[in-house]
Amino acid sequence: MSTSSRSSAARGTGAAVQERRTVRLPPALPSFWRRRHLLDLDDFSAEEIGLVMETADAMKEVLGRQIARVPTLRGTTIVTLFYENSTRTRTSFELAARVLGADVVSIAASASSVQKGESLVDTVLTLQAVGADMLVMRHRYSGAPYLAARHSHLKVVNAGDGWHAHPTQALLDLYTIRSHLGDLRDRKVVIVGDITHSRVARSNMWGLTAVGARVVVCGPPTLMPVGLGGANGQERGDLAPTGPARVSVCLPPVEVDLNLDRAIEGADVVMALRLQLERQQTGLIPSIREYVRLYQVTTERLARAKPGVLVLHPGPVNEGIEIPPEVAHGTRSLIEEQVTNGVAVRMAVLYLLAGGQT
Amino acid sequence: MPESVILTQEDVRRAIVRIAHEVVENNRGCRDLVFVGMQTRGVPLARRLAAAVADFEHEEVPVGTLDIGLYRDDVPARGVTVEIKPSEIPTNIADKRVVLVDDVLYTGRSIRAALDALIDYGRPERIQLAVLVDRGHRELPIRADYVGKNIPTSPRDEVEVRFQEIDGSEEVVLISREEE
Repeated sequence: MSTSSRSSAARGTGAAVQERRTVRLPPALPSFWRRRHLLDLDDFSAEEIGLVMETADAMKEVLGRQIARVPTLRGTTIVTLFYENSTRTRTSFELAARVLGADVVSIAASASSVQKGESLVDTVLTLQAVGADMLVMRHRYSGAPYLAARHSHLKVVNAGDGWHAHPTQALLDLYTIRSHLGDLRDRKVVIVGDITHSRVARSNMWGLTAVGARVVVCGPPTLMPVGLGGANGQERGDLAPTGPARVSVCLPPVEVDLNLDRAIEGADVVMALRLQLERQQTGLIPSIREYVRLYQVTTERLARAKPGVLVLHPGPVNEGIEIPPEVAHGTRSLIEEQVTNGVAVRMAVLYLLAGGQT
Repeated sequence: MPESVILTQEDVRRAIVRIAHEVVENNRGCRDLVFVGMQTRGVPLARRLAAAVADFEHEEVPVGTLDIGLYRDDVPARGVTVEIKPSEIPTNIADKRVVLVDDVLYTGRSIRAALDALIDYGRPERIQLAVLVDRGHRELPIRADYVGKNIPTSPRDEVEVRFQEIDGSEEVVLISREEE
């Protein structure tokens, strides 16, 4: 085609060119992905989780390169706002954002206007006004990220809110388990420890059950949420996983077994939770020693699980309490892998939300 | 929409064999050669080129795959997010002669992204570009070293390359849209 006819064609049909181009590009995200925020996994479908997992695979390849850096989110400003201390989650998010080429601003609440009494909503609005695009937030009160999402145009990622949810941790746990077991349908996953105060456990229960795993939770009765494992939770199985038709129920469909020796029988995966040692002061557990005796994930107990059982822990580990050192650093432990996968999974989440509906 | 076949299965096969010969001729053999196919339809094309080379040169040329999703210039500026697949570059491409393979060359923007992506894996000695169809309408100063067929098109047209393993048939078609 000659130069002159080409340029006149292009000029004459500017709008059409624009339209065509988007059609011929690689397949857009599947239509079921319409998220702008990641607040919890309670309304995630297996499909949506699958998309995050596949995207994380591609991100993992990027992280394996000599120079792990891509320009995808160039020009996007991501703010990490942490009202609670954290090293691994925060570092993981910041690294993920940087690898994708985003600008990262990190704010510790202890060093900001929060100290002068600024409210959460005002802080979020200020961040929006200075040009942030995404907000990664951790707060000690359950629901705080929902407030931020409702009162601003920012895309919000929940990096842990109170006892409520820690969706990226659950996604990285799913990713880690999936990379060893493949399909999780009908796999038995045992979550052991302080379930009541664990946002990691809550998000994991939703995520694991959404992909069809059989989840058994185990721990001292004083650290087990009321109603869990009851009819309320079981009903959810036949509900539509997403969409406005979803009936709001607050408990995931899991089983409860307070006896670890029995719960661990035939398990494919055992996930130990961190025991917050200060809980003992509140009288919820009689003694650390008793907890260790009844709920530590020991080599002997793991022998009752399936051969090749996988051991996870969200960290930081109290070695010798939730799990003994030989298990934490043993061949079945995926603890280190969880941390590595965390960056890839968080990259996937940031990427998928960045292009989401505006 | 009127659809016309511009390359039949036989035409596609011949074009691939010719390009394979041109690549080997131009590079004086297969030493340090790597084919890198761009997702999605550059991948089967790259595999076929390598198979064609193996056929007449009796040498194995490594084939890689490249997904340029992370290098596109419209995320998030235009809010376009695409599904991305892992890239797989089998050898260290530093100091190699890389032949980038795509099905259709159009605006040149995908190739721009692919060049950025490739260079992140190392510094190749040369990067060449092979495409099955060049349909014109470049928006960037990019040209192909090997072209199966040049097809004059209108920006409203759509050129579709189909491969057996992805589409169940093997041909190149031009889909023209009527003036609105």
